[in-house]
Amino acid sequence: MELKEIQRLEGHTDRVWSLDWNPATGHAGIPLVFASCSGDKTVRIWEQNLSSGLWACKAVLEETHIRTVRSCAWSPSGKLLATASFDGTTAIWENVGGDFECVSTLEGHENEVKSVCWNASGTLLATCGRDKSVWIWEVLPGNEFECVSVLQGHAQDVKMVKWHPTEDILFSCSFDNSIKVWADEGDSEDWGCVQTLREPNNGHTSTVWALSFNASGDKMVSCSDDLTVKVWGTENVGIQSGGGFAPWRHICTLTGYHDRTVFSVHWSREGIFASGAADNAIRLFVDDNESQVGGPQYKLLLKKEQAHDMDVNFVQWSPGEKPMLASASDDGTIKVWELIS
Amino acid sequence: MTLGLINANPVVHAKKERIARSEDSHAILDFALTNFVRDIRDPEHPYSLEQLSVLSEESITVDDKLGRILITFTPTVQHCSMATVIGLCLRVKLKHYFPPHYKVDIKVSPGSHADEESVNKQLNDKERVAAAMENPNLRQLVDECLYSDENEL
Repeated sequence: MELKEIQRLEGHTDRVWSLDWNPATGHAGIPLVFASCSGDKTVRIWEQNLSSGLWACKAVLEETHIRTVRSCAWSPSGKLLATASFDGTTAIWENVGGDFECVSTLEGHENEVKSVCWNASGTLLATCGRDKSVWIWEVLPGNEFECVSVLQGHAQDVKMVKWHPTEDILFSCSFDNSIKVWADEGDSEDWGCVQTLREPNNGHTSTVWALSFNASGDKMVSCSDDLTVKVWGTENVGIQSGGGFAPWRHICTLTGYHDRTVFSVHWSREGIFASGAADNAIRLFVDDNESQVGGPQYKLLLKKEQAHDMDVNFVQWSPGEKPMLASASDDGTIKVWELIS
Repeated sequence: MTLGLINANPVVHAKKERIARSEDSHAILDFALTNFVRDIRDPEHPYSLEQLSVLSEESITVDDKLGRILITFTPTVQHCSMATVIGLCLRVKLKHYFPPHYKVDIKVSPGSHADEESVNKQLNDKERVAAAMENPNLRQLVDECLYSDENEL
């Protein structure tokens, strides 16, 4: 197995914090597209050329955010792009005939917004930030967004929000070392914290930077400044239909692989999860079928040393039949990788 | 700033002579580096971090092979709220001095701060550092420590 570099994309003039593949691309002849965001205050849209297979920058979204753009996320339909910024706002962009227009600006967080995520149906948006809160916004017709809940509970800034891939259950991870699970428990119409994963129960011992779900949504992987990656599982992903909430439990901790902060994890539909870390490397992990009882159930598939010249801030697998991995770095570049066996 | 000084009467030490001590290249590099960062002014006082014994020649270790730098500094008081500002100053100055791929870890020396663990965590959270450097007030404070009164020190 080899992780082969397909292309190195330059254009951002500061560290690249994050990127997001457009989920509506990469099939039925639609070229793959992703967005990237940076400390240079801009967002770039990259599109693959179907004949050459290479990516080119199609648009630069600028002069809207006045500070770092920390996170970006496409709606499930791929029509809207949300961008979260240290300037305290979240912008919503619409692709109008190839031009991106800022159609809405979500204000409310006291200061830096750090992450944004759409739910599976595209009806809800979540944001989080340094003010320790998580906000849930309802998507209304005409590009209107209404805040339906402000969730307090984290003791420190919230690094990332992530919706479950099929259920309207929200996960957040924080500088306070915990992961919180939020759900709308039906009768009260109010969102609340239904579970906190933290140290006494095999949780992380330092900042939790990111998390990602497997394809079926019954497993989750999280990564941390404590140099570990943890896998969590649940019996039943649903919460409705009278049954209560099925809690998440710790499955295993992958220790000894990373020697600096792990900033990003992403699980592919094929069951391989990638990590991006402050040691400039990208690692791939898979289910270990030959694992001994009680031993770790995931093994290192490969490690790409010096994947970038500086910290790897973000990794994400592409949609489409043959997933590619994109990585974003402090070195200001994005790389697209192919896994070759 | 309307608040009183955190440490109104710091102990001020003489600045040391600057002579390279050894032919060993690492020692020379460490020495040059120490010279470079020790003239940073304290956020509260018109003295350098060296004069206040916040930094010494032993504060800085460089591993060229791995491209890593570790700085350990000693705040003048246990409850120093300026520790994070000092950390920012060190980080900014090192960024100008070293190639960008060097990894910099900044810590307070063991036992020197009441909230040692949380200060260390904050000093090395690069997202918080990035956000702080975009904050105009903090940026100005850091710039003043780095660039003002440089000739007088």
